[in-house]
Amino acid sequence: MSAVAAPSTDRAPFEQQVWQLLATVPDPEIPVLSIVDLGIVRHVRQGEDGQLHVALTPTYSGCPATDVIRRMVRAALDRAGHGEAVLEEVLSPPWTSEWLTPEGCAKLRAFGIAPPAQPVGSPRGLWHQTPVSCPRCASDATERLSEFGSTPCKAHYRCTACGEPFDYFKCH
Amino acid sequence: MSTTPAPAILPRGGDPALDEARCRYVLRLADTSLVLGQRLSEWIGHGPALEEDLGLANLALDLIGQARLLLTYAGELEGRGRDEDALAFLRDAPEFLNLTLAEQPNGDFGQTIVRQWLIDTWQLEIYQALSVLPDTRLAAIAAKALRETRYHYRFSCGWLVRLGDGTEESQRRVQRALDDLWRFTPELFTPDDVDERLSLAGLAPALRELAPQWSLRVAEDLAAARLQRPPDRPHPWQGKRGVHSEHLGHLLSVMQHLPRTYPGAHW
Repeated sequence: MSAVAAPSTDRAPFEQQVWQLLATVPDPEIPVLSIVDLGIVRHVRQGEDGQLHVALTPTYSGCPATDVIRRMVRAALDRAGHGEAVLEEVLSPPWTSEWLTPEGCAKLRAFGIAPPAQPVGSPRGLWHQTPVSCPRCASDATERLSEFGSTPCKAHYRCTACGEPFDYFKCH
Repeated sequence: MSTTPAPAILPRGGDPALDEARCRYVLRLADTSLVLGQRLSEWIGHGPALEEDLGLANLALDLIGQARLLLTYAGELEGRGRDEDALAFLRDAPEFLNLTLAEQPNGDFGQTIVRQWLIDTWQLEIYQALSVLPDTRLAAIAAKALRETRYHYRFSCGWLVRLGDGTEESQRRVQRALDDLWRFTPELFTPDDVDERLSLAGLAPALRELAPQWSLRVAEDLAAARLQRPPDRPHPWQGKRGVHSEHLGHLLSVMQHLPRTYPGAHW
């Protein structure tokens, strides 16, 4: 698997600027995260055709935010004078929640969404519980209410210590 | 739409018969996901509990997302300018190539779970195999879908076990659903000329080689769920060749109503 697509220091200044621009585009469903935090920007490069190429990957195949994100990226690039940029969709390797940046995980927790924890072990274990700590009171005394939540990337949990329900950003 | 370098290692145009088989093969995968996704979406607002309503809707969303990627690719392989929408909404039942199992009605929650579990276990084998084959475009879609299918399976198998190993009533109902739906399973791993042509070309798995792994997984799950595997029967079902049960036409009439009544309509 390729490396996490996070900004790094060895990029050309031009590409670095585009990464910074993309870091201002929020995820429309979890606006506290940028699309860079989410790990869905796969590359930014100057193509042999002289054009700027920006590649995005979807989180889940059916995620309705994918089309919205593409439009938001296009608008941000237009505003920054990159109207000719080529937007690409990359499927391989498939997105994984491991590509969330550490900053993204911290933002999620501060927003009240538990970031991804350890992957589920048993393939048959719908009721196998992954230890997830409450984003409000940090207790591990939590229970899963549903593996599915308000968006494809989230599950629904409840903290039995503080009594609050919360969203959990699933391992995927 | 594509990554660099160019996606499919074998572009269209080599062997017309092989191109057609590839298109049909991808359409079968696409239509199975699309039709099952449409079926699952019928549960929205009717699930036995809010959590399961959400769960089924999430599965439907993934399946329709997979269908979109596959239909787009099938349209390109076909080379007649049909996009995902034209393929989903402007074909009639005999042109749909989904597995007959996918179009079967939802029935009760147990029946929906059995249908889902059977297709999940089939997709696990198919997508796993396709994800390492040399059609890189299809491999990328399969690898993406495989991740999703794994948790679909966790959902369907979890419920299969809970219902099968549950109360007398849940056990009775889910066994009845299994007895009813089992007759559609021979179609899953019985190859026809399209499967064999692609498998010979190294572009699709040999179904007969996947069948034993599937049987093994199914046997383990049924044992965990305390359900009896029904006897195998000869298989007259040919959904993947466009010959469907009476249920598909009704499903399509709902799914296709809006785009056919208001051509070109969008949000």
